[in-house]
Amino acid sequence: MSIEVQKSGSVGLVTPQRAVFDEPLPLDSGRVLPSYELVFETYGTLNATASNAVLICHALSGDHHAAGFHQETDRKPGWWDSAIGPGKPIDTERFFVVCLNNLGGCKGSTGPLSVDPVSGQPYGPDFPIVTVRDWVISQHRLMQRLHIARWAAVIGGSLGGMQVLQWSISYPEAIAHAVVVAAAPKLSAENIAFNEVARQAIVTDPEFHGGRYAAHGTLPRRGLMLARMLGHITYLSDDAMRAKFGRELRAGKIQYSFDVEFQVESYLRYQGTSFVDRFDANTYLLMTKALDYFDPARETGDDLSQALAQANAKFLVISFTSDWRFAPDRSREIVQALLAAGKSVSYAEVDSNHGHDAFLMNIPYYHQLLAGYLRRVADEGGAA
Amino acid sequence: MNRPDWHIVEQWIAPGSRVLDLGCGDGALLAHLVERRRVTAVGLELLDAQVAACVARGVSVIQADLDQGVSEWFAPQSFDFVIVSQTIQAMRNPEILLAQMLHIAREGIVTFPNMGYWRNRWQLGMRGHMPMNKALPNPWYNTPNIHLCTLSDFEALCAELGVEILDRAVVDQDRRSSFWLRRWPNWFGEHAIYRLKKRG
Repeated sequence: MSIEVQKSGSVGLVTPQRAVFDEPLPLDSGRVLPSYELVFETYGTLNATASNAVLICHALSGDHHAAGFHQETDRKPGWWDSAIGPGKPIDTERFFVVCLNNLGGCKGSTGPLSVDPVSGQPYGPDFPIVTVRDWVISQHRLMQRLHIARWAAVIGGSLGGMQVLQWSISYPEAIAHAVVVAAAPKLSAENIAFNEVARQAIVTDPEFHGGRYAAHGTLPRRGLMLARMLGHITYLSDDAMRAKFGRELRAGKIQYSFDVEFQVESYLRYQGTSFVDRFDANTYLLMTKALDYFDPARETGDDLSQALAQANAKFLVISFTSDWRFAPDRSREIVQALLAAGKSVSYAEVDSNHGHDAFLMNIPYYHQLLAGYLRRVADEGGAA
Repeated sequence: MNRPDWHIVEQWIAPGSRVLDLGCGDGALLAHLVERRRVTAVGLELLDAQVAACVARGVSVIQADLDQGVSEWFAPQSFDFVIVSQTIQAMRNPEILLAQMLHIAREGIVTFPNMGYWRNRWQLGMRGHMPMNKALPNPWYNTPNIHLCTLSDFEALCAELGVEILDRAVVDQDRRSSFWLRRWPNWFGEHAIYRLKKRG
């Protein structure tokens, strides 16, 4: 298959860009980032009035590479290539799509792997804890840098959906439409518990060295691998696992050993070990903390509807039936708060057995909803 | 306009009001009311294809099962009008929905096919078959319409629930109104359209 055919419907080859910000960024934690860099990608063309810009917010282990390929030899496209591209629901023939790597990340934006200008050493565990609100402020600065006054839409799934909610609250005039997929208004105790086990797996790894593993020339491989394995269990569903692996044995018969025997074990180990090669443990800790702390209703006496009262955006909220990490009930909380606040909102519950991971998949009804909604957004914004 | 009850519903909706359509289908009625009456509209619908149609035409829609109740979604008196158009006969508990809808909105508008329509009576009473026609197009074994009623039945339920009938209109399939229809609505009305509010 030629590269042209293979990549039709794709944005093709993309090159990440970089923006440097010298203005200090005060953080929720009380600490200040003196300067920082954000790495981002764009797809499509910004129109003359900058009315067709869409921001994509990434989830826990995502990054700025949402669509297309960096090199012709890339085995896999960006993480949301199923939805972003020419003719796809987030149509790059109509929209100018922006996706960035969040602060604290490990894919190019300033994070634990970057050099702390004060010490001259990599931040490592000293990188300040960043919140969803901090991210949104940094994203807003990037928006100004790109000369965009208002996003036609801000779109995100999971932790990305939380950033969308925060956008609608922090910058009500700068976002016309909010698309919140497989998200929650805040984490439940159970969600936090899973995150804590993941963090403990990392920090108790003997190779963690209080987060200064780089200085010791090592990596907390086992800890990060366990954290990812645990995460993957929460991204799937019982049905999805049964369909994908059942009780199939790798060797065809029971070995009576503690080696990998069931296919599901093999899958989780593969996901865990491959993650270690592409992700930083300190970043993983930071991202889980951003999740734990997210709670926009904390400042309004746990009244989410009051927290969302200032929003001006129109909302599309989508959940997936088998998602137990952020179950439909959590999306309903968001929708009910929006309705109580008198906001314009549509809510759809997509039947799927893929668990939380469904938000990244090409499920016909899901993509039909996204495409139908965004077509109107594009028409409204005068996109091409 | 493609349903016989719409033009009556439209007349009863005050311009600029807040309207909720329970069982809004593809959102056509709400889109019509937005265009004609400049209302703020929200629909509630269960079926994927219908929800997608609402979203595509820009009608706000909540995907939910009416049989699970609607109180959790909407605050008391948060709408001026709540419409239940050709839906109540398909509900598991029509009486609960009726009470809930008048809790959410100032006024309710309910439309349903009249089982007392003479053709239905003829089909059942004379020919001995469950009615099947334009208003009731499904065979008995595969129909969403599990709680069919007549005008008299519906009005008795309203009395029982303390629901006041503000207006009643009956039409036939072609939206004609005639002497017969006005004189004997439970015989000649194919579709019933009621405007309701909670008594007291």
